[in-house]
Formats: sequence, C-alpha cells, structure tokens
Amino acid sequence: MTSTLTVLGLALVVFVFVAVLMLARGLEIALVSTGSDDNAIAIRKGSGVEVSSAIDRNTVSVLKVQPEVLTDPDGSPFAAGEVVVLITLPKRSDGLTSNLTVRGVSERSLLMRPQVKLIRGRLWRPGTSEVIAGEALAGRFKGCGLGETVRFGMRDWTVVGVFDAEGNGFESEIWGDVDQLMPAFRRPVFSSVTLRLRDPSAFEAMKARVESDPRTIVNLFREKQYYADQSKYLATFIRIMGLAITIIFSFGAMIGAMITMYAAVSNRTAEIGTLRALGFSRRSILICFLIESLMLAAAGGVLGVAAGSLMQYVSISTTNWSTWSEIAFSFTLTPEIAAKGVVFALTMGLAGGFLPAVRASRLDLLQSLRAA
Amino acid sequence: MHLLKLILRNTFRHRLRSLLTALGIGVAVLAFGLLRTVVDAWYAGVAASAQNRLVARNAVSLVFPLPLAYRNQIAVIRGVTGISYGNWFGGVYIDEKNFFAQFAVDPPTYMDLYPEFRMSDAEREAFYRDRKGCAVGRKLAAKYGWKVGDTIQIQGTIYPGDWDFVIRAIYRGAEPSTDETVMFFHWDRLNEAIKRAWGVQAGNQVGWYVLRITRPDDAGPISDQVDAMFKNTLAETRTETERAFQMGFVSMAGTIIVALRVISGVVLAIILLVLANTMAMAARERLSEYGVLKTLGFRPGHLIGIIAGESLAIAGLGAALGVALTIPVCNGFAKFVTENLGSFFPVFRLSPETVYLSVGASFAVGLLAALFPCARAVHIRIVDAIRRVD
Repeated sequence: MTSTLTVLGLALVVFVFVAVLMLARGLEIALVSTGSDDNAIAIRKGSGVEVSSAIDRNTVSVLKVQPEVLTDPDGSPFAAGEVVVLITLPKRSDGLTSNLTVRGVSERSLLMRPQVKLIRGRLWRPGTSEVIAGEALAGRFKGCGLGETVRFGMRDWTVVGVFDAEGNGFESEIWGDVDQLMPAFRRPVFSSVTLRLRDPSAFEAMKARVESDPRTIVNLFREKQYYADQSKYLATFIRIMGLAITIIFSFGAMIGAMITMYAAVSNRTAEIGTLRALGFSRRSILICFLIESLMLAAAGGVLGVAAGSLMQYVSISTTNWSTWSEIAFSFTLTPEIAAKGVVFALTMGLAGGFLPAVRASRLDLLQSLRAA
Repeated sequence: MHLLKLILRNTFRHRLRSLLTALGIGVAVLAFGLLRTVVDAWYAGVAASAQNRLVARNAVSLVFPLPLAYRNQIAVIRGVTGISYGNWFGGVYIDEKNFFAQFAVDPPTYMDLYPEFRMSDAEREAFYRDRKGCAVGRKLAAKYGWKVGDTIQIQGTIYPGDWDFVIRAIYRGAEPSTDETVMFFHWDRLNEAIKRAWGVQAGNQVGWYVLRITRPDDAGPISDQVDAMFKNTLAETRTETERAFQMGFVSMAGTIIVALRVISGVVLAIILLVLANTMAMAARERLSEYGVLKTLGFRPGHLIGIIAGESLAIAGLGAALGVALTIPVCNGFAKFVTENLGSFFPVFRLSPETVYLSVGASFAVGLLAALFPCARAVHIRIVDAIRRVD
C-alpha cells in the first residue's frame, strides 16, 4: 500500500517534469524550425516583428536584385514581398476570440518554403477571394475549415485548402494571394521580404551591405534566427515556470520517498538485526535499502514517462507574446526527454532513500534484535 | 479534552515522519499557491476593469486603427458620459528585455476615465502641459530608478525613431490590482510625428476608444448602437465592456492557462498521496491499539475523531508551513520574471483567496486521507485487531 502510494507520487512528479520538457520541445519545433537556413528575411529597421514592419515597393525591388539572391535560369529572383496582419476570430470551442496571422504571399513564397504542403483541397486561384488555412487552426477557429468562409477586410474569403507545415508556426496562419490581401486591408506596403540565398554563407556580407545602404532601411535576419527570436519570451516563460514547478515538486517527491523508506526501516528493524547477526555487513544493508528505494523510483519514473507519452495527443495553443498571434504546438516526446525523466526519478529515489538507508545500516545489532 | 491530548500525542509519536509529511504538504501548498498566483497574474487586467467602461476597437483586430472622427459621433450617444482614446506605442527602452506598455493617450480625458491612476495635482498639471512629458507607474519608476524630471529615451518599433520623454508624473494605483507599470504620453505628439513621417492622410487614427457610461446595465445596447453606427464603413468597430475586452487577452493565452490549472490539480493529488501514505502507515501500526481502545469502551466516533484529528493536525501544520513559504517564493518568482521578461505580468501578487483556498484544500485533503484508516479502524473486530502482531 505505502509502496504503491510512493510510486504513484513519484510518477506524478516525473509526469509533470516530462510534460514541461515536452512542451518546451514542442514550442521549439513550432517556432525555431519555422525558418530555413537558406532564406533571409528583411523587415523595417527596429520594428522587431513582421506585424509592426512596413516595407515599400522600392525597397523590395532593391532587395530583389542583390547578387546573393538565388535566381531562376531565366533570371527572375527567388524573393517575395509578403504582407502580414493580425485578425481576430472566434474559436470553435468556446466562442472566445483570439488573434491569428493572415499572410499574403506569392507563388514564389511557396517555392521558398518547401515544408508547406497542401493536405486537403487546392491552392487559391490568383485574383480571387480564396485562401488556404494551416492545419493547426482549421479545426479550432470558426470559418477556417475546408469549404467554409471567413470574413475580414470587408470581404468573405473561402477556405479552399488546408496545409501542413511539419508542425511549425506557419500551421497557425491563413495564407492568401498578396495582391488580393494588400488592397483588402488597404495597406500600400509590404510587411517583410523573404529572399532565398545562393549560398547561405554569404549572408553576413549581404547583411552588412544591405543594412548600410541608405535606400533600404531594413534589418536582415536569417529566417531561422528570426523565428527563434520570436519564441524567446514564451520559451523563457515556459522554462522559468517549468523550472520552478519541477524544483518544488521534486522536493515533495523526495520527502514522500523518505517517509516510505523510513517506515520500511522501522518495520524491519528485527529483520535488519537478523541479517546483521547472520554476518551481513553494514554496507550491504545500506546498499540493500538504497536499491529498494531506487527500484521504487524506477517504477515511478517509468510510469510517469508512460503517462507523459500520452500527452503527445494533446496540443496546446496560446498567444506568442512577441507577435501577439495565436500559435499551436504539441507536446513532443524525444528519447532524450524520456531518459531525463527516468534519471530524474532515480535521483529523487537516491536522495530520498539515502538517509533512511544510513539509519538502517547504523542500527545497533543487539537492540534491533530485541525489537522483535 | 482527553481526545485532544491523544491526538496531539499521536501526531508527535513519529516526530520525523509527521514533520516530513507536513513538509511535503507545505511544499505542495507552495506549488499550488504559486500556480494560482501565476494564473491570477493573467487575469490582472480583468480584475482591474471597471463596470462602467466600454472599449471600442477595430473589428478586424487591434492592429487596425479607427478614425479620430468617430470620437464626436460616439460622444453624443445617450448614456455615454465620457470618451477618450489611446494608441499602443510598442517602444523599447534600452533593451527588448525591458518590456513595459506605453500608451499614447489624450491625458485630460483619459485620466478622467481612469481615476484609479492617482497622482498629485502639481504633477498632473505638469504632465498635461508638457507635450514631451509622460506619466509612469510607481513600480516602473522604482524598477528603473526614475525620478520626476528625468528624460528617458524609447526606441519606436511601430513608429520608428528615438523618442525622448520627460517624466512629469509618477502615478500610484488606487487598488492593489491597478497596473503600476504603464507609461502614458501625449497622443498629439505621436499624431504629429506620424503626419510628418507618413503624410497627413496617415494621421488622426486611434488604436481604441474608451467610453464611460452612466449605467453598467446599458453596456449591451450602447455597444450595439456604436457598432451599428459604423457598420459597412472602412473601419467597423467592435465594442464591448472593458472586462470582456480584457478577457480577450486572457482567452488568447489559451490552453496554457488550462495546463497551469491542471497542474495545480495534480498538486492537490500529490498532497493527498503524501498524507494518505502517512496515515495508512500510522493506522496499520496502531491497529492493535485501536482494538485496546475499543475494548476499553471507546466508540467508533472516538476512533474517527482520533484518526481524523491527527490527519487534520498534520495537514494544518503543512498548510501553515506552505503559506509561510509561499509569500517569499512568490515575491522572488515575481522578481525573477520581471528581470527576464519585463513587465509582462504587471500585477503579480498572492491574493487572500489563494491563501484561503490552499488552507481549505489542505484540510479537505486531511479529511480525505483519514477516510481509509478510519474505515479500517471502525470495521475491524476487536479480536482480529488484538490478535495481530507485527
């Protein structure tokens, strides 16, 4: 009974520990892996994020013709001006609203982001009020499912396709034709320019030149770095929160293990005396109790990781504080996290079992035999 | 009286075990309190919202502005007694890490609508008069060591450039829930800068309107009236109570809050496990004693009293320990968060409700943990209890 309770307690703590690590990993996948190393993104100097940036058409033309930008055989550059705005839509679950990102893109944008793949429906036809929605929001926001219509910018937009982006941040966005979205939102300027580089190593030289060019008042980032920066606040928060919870919880679990092990020692005082009388050394008894504690911990650890692995079916959505838009990500279990969970449990078992084991090994032979 | 003595004696029979259990409960109460406080921090804006204020914003999203011309149209609606407006500035003070909110507002009307931002008359006057002036919250001023008269430089992200502001007033919140980490400055100054940089047509746009209404019950009809007024225009409005507006930010946090709540539930389960473990152990060891007590004529009610009393005593000790720990830990956590994330959580405080709830939950758990041992002690036959040797 008490062993079961201890194992359950340890399992709960390991579960929370593993869940927090899985959450941080999921966020990392959603945001950090959104960008590609081959791409660079330009936003207005000092604006920090796409939503508050504005880039006029002249700047776009200057950026497009930089020598580092990859071109087609016919000479047209792999570059796309995109427009990014936030809209507020109600969720399906509770009708409460949340912000999400609408991105106006061109066909070039799709070529530069091979991870974006249509999984249902089709692409928008140029010049129509058609959009495609990311898999992560299609099911969660009203009007974002395939074939439904969503209203913004004084127009009704039909969702004609749903796309998947390998779990990254684009999955929480609506994409449409930039030439339709710019007039709909009455924005004469782009938000950002995405460029594909011939050679990723040429980025630094290009950044230095572009940022000092008076015609282009922009900051140039590697796309990957840009998205990683956006996750900074949220990731920091999850890390702080997770750390605090784990530290507090591990104390609790250690105390639980200690209580059980002390009880085990006092229940078996006579046994310990007998063992000592038979010639077992103090050391063997210490090791014996430590192993018992470690076995309890291992059982708790395995149970906790097993419960944690069920969390993979759960996805979390929240607002990214850097962009003020909705981002969805799922708990992601890696072998490393599972190993960390078990090691964490064993550490707690060792720490919680050590003092009781020392007490067991120090029991006086005669007195412990008399206890029977 | 004797029962009480028995309970106390029992509680301290296994001093180490009872202490460890209380410590375990204390730690869990600490986690519970911390989690609740973090969730509360999200709701700070909701807690601070007034019943008689409405917020009107662009229906598409807060990123899109509304024309200044709406002000006069809204102001004449019956039941609206005051109107003001503001813009989100989104600037950076030295480093991105030092996040705090900056609002460009029309100071006299805005401060009239928000009486909870209190400042001295002299400072108020100085703030209203100086176009380059700003008012900052007490907490914010304390964090960066600002004094009235200091000049601070903010880098614009939405509105490019380096902006210098002179601190003319430092406000205090009327309630503990009032946000004291905001900076207010003159909307006129922002508007002129926008016109200069992007042309006259880009100017005269506001981020949102705040309306004061006479009767909170009129919130629904007045909101509908405002929204109907601008239906099918380039900038349709969405008007709601300040509370609903703030709730929008909370709902944006989404499932993170649900996750935090679930974890705080798990914490309660852990408290239960720790305490139930100890009580089960105690009951098993003392089974023969219960037999003796029964023989002596103690009624089942007495046994229940003894066991539940011990469980409650340990739970109470744990709760007291936990609450004593929660206060410094919450403060430390708040400090740590502010250092790493800036003023994302302007109000971070342990509320009395959280303390009551943790204590209440501990006692409930104390009763629950005693359930199984009580049943065992009550149901066991005297012969079986006394015969047992272990």
